[in-house]
Amino acid sequence: MLKMSHLSKVYRTHMVETHALRDFSIHVRDGEFVAVTGPSGSGKTTFLNIAGLLEDFTGGEFWLDGVDVRGMGDDARSRLRNEKIGFIFQSFNLIPDLNIFDNVDVPLRYRGFGGAERRKRIEESLTRVGLASRMKHYPSELSGGQQQRVAIARALAGSPRLLMADEPTGNLDSLMARGVMELLEDINRQGTTIIMVTHDPELAARAQRNVHIIDGQVTDFDEEPKLRKPGFENRDSRLGKEGVLA
Amino acid sequence: MFAYYIELGLRSLKRNPVLTALMVLGIALGIAASMTSLTLFHMMGSDPIPSKSTKLHYVQLDTWDPNQPFDEEGNAPDQVTYRDAQALMEAGKADRQAAMYKVSYPIQPENPEVKPFLALGRATYSDFFPMFEPPFRYGGAWDHGQDSQHGRVVVLSKATNEKLFGGADSVGKRVRMNDVDYTVVGVLDEWRPRVKFYDLTNGSLNDPEEFYMPYTTAIELKANASGNNQCWKPSASGWDAYLASECVWQQFWVELDSPAKLAEYRAFLDNYANEQKKLGRFQRPLNNHLYDVREWLENQKVVPKDVQIQVGLSFAFLLVCLINTVGLLLAKFTRKSGEIGLRRALGASKPQLFAQHLIEAGMVGVTGGVLGLVLTFGGLAMTRMLYDYYGNVARLDFSMVATTILLSIFAAVLAGVYPTWRACQVAPAAQLKTQ
Repeated sequence: MLKMSHLSKVYRTHMVETHALRDFSIHVRDGEFVAVTGPSGSGKTTFLNIAGLLEDFTGGEFWLDGVDVRGMGDDARSRLRNEKIGFIFQSFNLIPDLNIFDNVDVPLRYRGFGGAERRKRIEESLTRVGLASRMKHYPSELSGGQQQRVAIARALAGSPRLLMADEPTGNLDSLMARGVMELLEDINRQGTTIIMVTHDPELAARAQRNVHIIDGQVTDFDEEPKLRKPGFENRDSRLGKEGVLA
Repeated sequence: MFAYYIELGLRSLKRNPVLTALMVLGIALGIAASMTSLTLFHMMGSDPIPSKSTKLHYVQLDTWDPNQPFDEEGNAPDQVTYRDAQALMEAGKADRQAAMYKVSYPIQPENPEVKPFLALGRATYSDFFPMFEPPFRYGGAWDHGQDSQHGRVVVLSKATNEKLFGGADSVGKRVRMNDVDYTVVGVLDEWRPRVKFYDLTNGSLNDPEEFYMPYTTAIELKANASGNNQCWKPSASGWDAYLASECVWQQFWVELDSPAKLAEYRAFLDNYANEQKKLGRFQRPLNNHLYDVREWLENQKVVPKDVQIQVGLSFAFLLVCLINTVGLLLAKFTRKSGEIGLRRALGASKPQLFAQHLIEAGMVGVTGGVLGLVLTFGGLAMTRMLYDYYGNVARLDFSMVATTILLSIFAAVLAGVYPTWRACQVAPAAQLKTQ
């Protein structure tokens, strides 16, 4: 699904040269759930941005779903990003003056789907995250956990092959975090590859593989996927039968 | 996507109503100022009779003082003498020709309830009507026979007919002017050329005449010219001496339907001038001209210098308003950089975001244009109120309404280019992290 070989990323100013990633190699296979961990400033987010085609890299090779993205133009990267990648951010990044339906609609608009197709996908993805009844609500009317579910629905609506999650539970309390994590696991079980940056060792332990980054280099990488840990203990009674927060 | 961009633009504009109002107001004020002055410029300078402006030609003959030119630029006089007007009429070399001059007569209505009044009129030939095509409401022009027989006939303007006959069909009725009875042969419909191009020497923005009478009749009845009269040497007293003088007080127009006829007529004028030289007239170097309508408007500087300066100043003001809008759009789009970064992450390309934000700027332009149009109407109404002289040209026509809206959109889009370009340069990754 994603392969980086000897990839490097250097930020240059006229005074300073910063190596955010160096000799960075990783291979994520189809359907995997990979957790990326590391201390602050280690390069986790840089890796995620490059993997999500939001940033260019300085050297090395990068293949995404069989496509060599080196030297790819902005339009082509935007198209590839739109078709293959879904993003989930720590701060949800919903557009405040769009309701839930319209927020989920954003990537579908750029994809060029017709009105009926978009409606179908939006309803399906919101149903999947348990927010079908909140379509006309605005982000400010939802809890943090619900907002993150909307962000997940938005990421899923375009049926991406790869989901990039940057600290998806970082702004949530533990109860909501669990709900979101279980949802991600469910999505992964249905075949979507997930790469998740996290500081939380408990969440990282739930992924099939762990990548640890220090100073822009992979220092620890599970070569083989491990068995997924069983679900969270002491599951909160407020979770519905599908593990969705009410 | 266009409809989607419109929808997003509306949402975005509603998000910051004060900022939006400032931008719209800025554009509207700039547009209103520039369109008010541009309308005056356009209406005064544009072709008043596009269907015929290349066929109608004004005749200029240099009969002026051999010792000094008519003006500092060396132009020939802008009117002709009676003698030359008569000679050119008798030669009849053009497809149509009309000598003319401005007269004023007291009109004595039969209706005792209408008091006698002084009316401005035009003494001219019957060709005047097919040449300048004023629309008739009733009847028509007098014929060539009336020209040669010095007929006591008259064509009334719509307003005069309203005043004398309450707007009814007055063809065949009598009108008494200066103690002479005239028969009405025609009544004009509303005719108000934005510039009185057929007589620029007597106020280019004046209203059209209240009546039209045969030139030959006016001459026979010794109707003095009410317009400009310029002489370079003294003439003897009396009407006949005045007609024989070198004073210029008449306008002369010809209609020439082809370039070949134009060339022939030029040659004819030169021959005429050379013949007159032999008789001791036309002592200045040959300086005859035939101007078509547009050339004549330009020659007579119908658009005053101060209107041109006003246009320049108002566009400078529009530029200031645009710079202000650029600043406001920069602030607005900078505040939206997080959303722009997000849209990039969700698959929007730079051209898509560029289009989206330019459309948003264009919507400011449309709104500013509509408001600017209302203000322009107000500005022109105020101009008409303060300067009666501009009453006929301080009006918006369809082309100026369209220009207002298009200029406004163009201005707003132009103002939006730089802020949009800047907004599209945001690094999405950085924006997403800092949201």
